[in-house]
Amino acid sequence: MSEHLLSVKDLRTSFTTDNGEVHAVNGVSFNLDRGKVLGIVGESGSGKSVTAYSIMQILADNGRIAGGSVEYNGEDITKWNSRQMSGFRGKCCSIIFQDPMTSLNPVFTIGNQLEEAIRLHTNKTRAEAKARAIEMLTLVGVNEPAKRVKQYPYELSGGMRQRVMIAMALACEPDILIADEPTTALDVTIQAQILELMQDLQKKLGMAIIMVTHDLGVIATMCDEIIVMYGGRVCERGTADEIFYNPRHEYTKGLLRSIPSVERMKERLVPIAGNPINLLNMPAGCAFCARCDRAMKVCLDHVPVERQVGADHRAACWLNDLALKDEAEQRAAAGESAGAIQAATGWVKNQSGEWVFDPVAEEGGAEQ
Amino acid sequence: MSSEYLVEVEHLKQYFPVRTGFVSTTPLKAVDDVSFAIRPGETLGLVGESGCGKTTVGRSLLQLYQPTGGRIKYNGEVIYDAGDLDENGAPRVDDKGNPVKGKVKTVNMLPYRKQMQMVFQDPYSSLNPRMTVEDIIGEPLDVHKLYSTKAERREKVLSLMELVGLNAEHATRYAHEFSGGQRQRIGIARALAVDPRFIVCDEPVSALDVSIQAQVVNMFEDLQHKLGVAYLFIAHDLLVVNHISDRIAVMYLGKMMEMAEADELMNNPIHPYTQSLLSAVPMPDPKTARSRKRIVLEGDVPSPLKMPSGCPFRTRCRYATEQCAAQRPQLTDRGNGHMVACWNK
Repeated sequence: MSEHLLSVKDLRTSFTTDNGEVHAVNGVSFNLDRGKVLGIVGESGSGKSVTAYSIMQILADNGRIAGGSVEYNGEDITKWNSRQMSGFRGKCCSIIFQDPMTSLNPVFTIGNQLEEAIRLHTNKTRAEAKARAIEMLTLVGVNEPAKRVKQYPYELSGGMRQRVMIAMALACEPDILIADEPTTALDVTIQAQILELMQDLQKKLGMAIIMVTHDLGVIATMCDEIIVMYGGRVCERGTADEIFYNPRHEYTKGLLRSIPSVERMKERLVPIAGNPINLLNMPAGCAFCARCDRAMKVCLDHVPVERQVGADHRAACWLNDLALKDEAEQRAAAGESAGAIQAATGWVKNQSGEWVFDPVAEEGGAEQ
Repeated sequence: MSSEYLVEVEHLKQYFPVRTGFVSTTPLKAVDDVSFAIRPGETLGLVGESGCGKTTVGRSLLQLYQPTGGRIKYNGEVIYDAGDLDENGAPRVDDKGNPVKGKVKTVNMLPYRKQMQMVFQDPYSSLNPRMTVEDIIGEPLDVHKLYSTKAERREKVLSLMELVGLNAEHATRYAHEFSGGQRQRIGIARALAVDPRFIVCDEPVSALDVSIQAQVVNMFEDLQHKLGVAYLFIAHDLLVVNHISDRIAVMYLGKMMEMAEADELMNNPIHPYTQSLLSAVPMPDPKTARSRKRIVLEGDVPSPLKMPSGCPFRTRCRYATEQCAAQRPQLTDRGNGHMVACWNK
């Protein structure tokens, strides 16, 4: 039994396309503990959904996990065969998708689909599965559940369908629920209902949630911890308060500046210049450097190393290293070796005895 | 005849026939009795949930549909009149109080299309994939014959592209070669080609990423500053609408619920629907998100084919009384032009 429920280590996922190999996820690591809500936020193409699909191993045919591991209770599930994986999906970890209409089968009734999921993972009889289906629908707040089980997806509204999806995902009491943009297709008032429901169920059932979304508002409402992704890498991670009130990566800062807020309503927005990254054309250094106002020479060809920048806060930005000169001096005074100091802070003494910023870039960036 | 307002919409109605049986049809009241007016250079934000008729308002206003009822004026001139209103804009009724339907008056819209343009939501499907950017932006110039030589057309197209932040070398490319934000810029350049005074923006930023959304919102503001255009800005993202709008109108099931200055509406919403709508917006701020009490509405929006009697919101309203079911509340002024349609608030 490991200390973390789910532990993703240096995950790499790539897709083979006509235009070459696309590295959608480039070394993502994170841990998820029991009963926690982890938010993964990023723009389209940041690799947030692919990270989620890689955990479930439901990638498209041209995609594959090219490296790294996903450990569930200490076991590396990327090594599991397809039979073991189908036991994992649904029973240990479930996923709900953005569009509940396309993820429910239109030709089967709601009850039929719920019972299928239940009977696949438990040895309940048909009647028991039906009772469980109705119980789950009641739990997620679907009115008249006994009537609903006989209905088809098209007969339900968008919010109701998403509730059915949640019921299906939670029917076998998984430890982890992955929610991939669960409310993006819904109206605000319905979104509020679904978010409230997810928070309620999380308290009641105690599962861990991975919330994948581009909506910073949803993230702020739901999450204990947040991972910000860009270009298939983690830029920054930390508690919600740290990320929102003390961002330490230029991309996170840019994102927060570009959304209108109630306090500075009529102030001009500060957008991030340029366009989102093309994954076929990844730069050698920091993925964000082409759009970053404060990019330095080192950003162009060295991938930034993720460093501790606060108690519950890590960021991968060379600017944070630039600020570590004092620490380098202290470490030198404490008698540490030049190599160790350079690895930890990026600062090194040159031959004339002056401190110069020359960070050693590690491939992949994230070290846990 | 000119007036204070650039665009005036009086009691606009837009019904669509929906087949409900073998021969029978029921009118779907997509927009039911909506009135508003927009001053030159002003932005009116229009918000509401999907299916509330906000897009239909924009389209009926430009007569992409023929409105079922009401009157539309541009610069004081009537450009559409369904004949169901009298001179003062009140519904015309006969002796028994039944509505009278008069003669429909339409005008040739072509000269007005030069003044009123539209930007669509989906930058992927609103640009012709077989036309180059130069031809897409140049087409309105062709239609309204706004150039004398080929060179002049090209010059105009290039200056429009510069205005919206596209490079001149993009002119010969096709729409599929661009990202979402750039495509939306092409759509905006096309709308601006005829030098309009009024643009209906139908969810122009909702298909874009957050960082790109801010670029496009800023561009809308800059263009308004530079060219003095008025916008009807239709969107469901309340934070964006509040940012860009001078006034905001809230719609629910085809009807106007509340209309006020943007700040007033955000800080002092009166209608219970607006209140719950505002409280449902997830705030990108963890402390506010934790401390805030959300008013979560029960249930879904009713079907517009089975509209509740009286106030359309009463089935989900906390304050609903018998009066709400019996009679439909009208928009009334609560001071400073803050218009609300509610019996109890």
